[in-house]
Amino acid sequence: MIRITRKIEFSAAHLYNNPKLSPEENRRIFGKCNNPHGHGHNYTLEVTVAGDPDPITGMVLDLKELKEILQREIIERMDHRFLNYEVPELAGQIPTTENVAQLIWKLLEPKITRGKLDRVRLYESPDLFVDCTRNGAA
Amino acid sequence: MKLTLHRRYAFAASHRLHSSQLSEDENQRAYGKCNNPYGHGHNYIVEVAVSGPVDPDTGMVANLADLDSYVQREVLDAFDHTYMNEQVPAFQQMVPTTENVAREIFRRLEKFPSAHLERIKIQETSLNSFEYDRQTPGGSSS
Repeated sequence: MIRITRKIEFSAAHLYNNPKLSPEENRRIFGKCNNPHGHGHNYTLEVTVAGDPDPITGMVLDLKELKEILQREIIERMDHRFLNYEVPELAGQIPTTENVAQLIWKLLEPKITRGKLDRVRLYESPDLFVDCTRNGAA
Repeated sequence: MKLTLHRRYAFAASHRLHSSQLSEDENQRAYGKCNNPYGHGHNYIVEVAVSGPVDPDTGMVANLADLDSYVQREVLDAFDHTYMNEQVPAFQQMVPTTENVAREIFRRLEKFPSAHLERIKIQETSLNSFEYDRQTPGGSSS
């Protein structure tokens, strides 16, 4: 089996606030991320697809096709957006790196038809990143 | 779907690689420049990986403020700007190779209460790095 990884970048704003909690609790739990005006990051996304190379093309999947899927599903949806207000799939959720990575997995998984989505790695900064993998994987 | 949160930390420390079970010549052969009796130092980067369910109220595997303060207390306060051979108790018995530093950091963080410690990765320099996890043969049992 071969794993193939494609990287993209996008920039977006977000804020962390749970309406079920009091303003004081929100500030205590989320700290600076609770600033009501929001703040932003340059996100880096690494998408890994696993599979066996096609015997004719020698490719697990056509990278051009993956690039188009990432453009359509991720860049157009999230780049230069305020994640809380402009990404409907995140409505009612706190757009933490964990939740954004899970959404990216859910968006990409059904679109990858050659090979299988193996890992979504989302960096909020070089010092903080989240991996989304299949259950049972390391 | 499984979620793993990774956070990077940095500390600077010195060490000397020298085993009391080897002769002077053998130490020199095994460790080369790292056997210099005065020690030498590195800027270490530690990557801590923790996993677990996402708390629906916070959207988080673990609150970063909790993880940061735990790592600060258990690891960074004990390692940063120290001579590990003499100032980190575990290395009075054990050679402070980066392999052993990774194991010691894993041991210190294993009881982090808010999520499951998966793996410790340490870069000693940008050219070499070491990983220790529960699946490592001889690793801690989970």
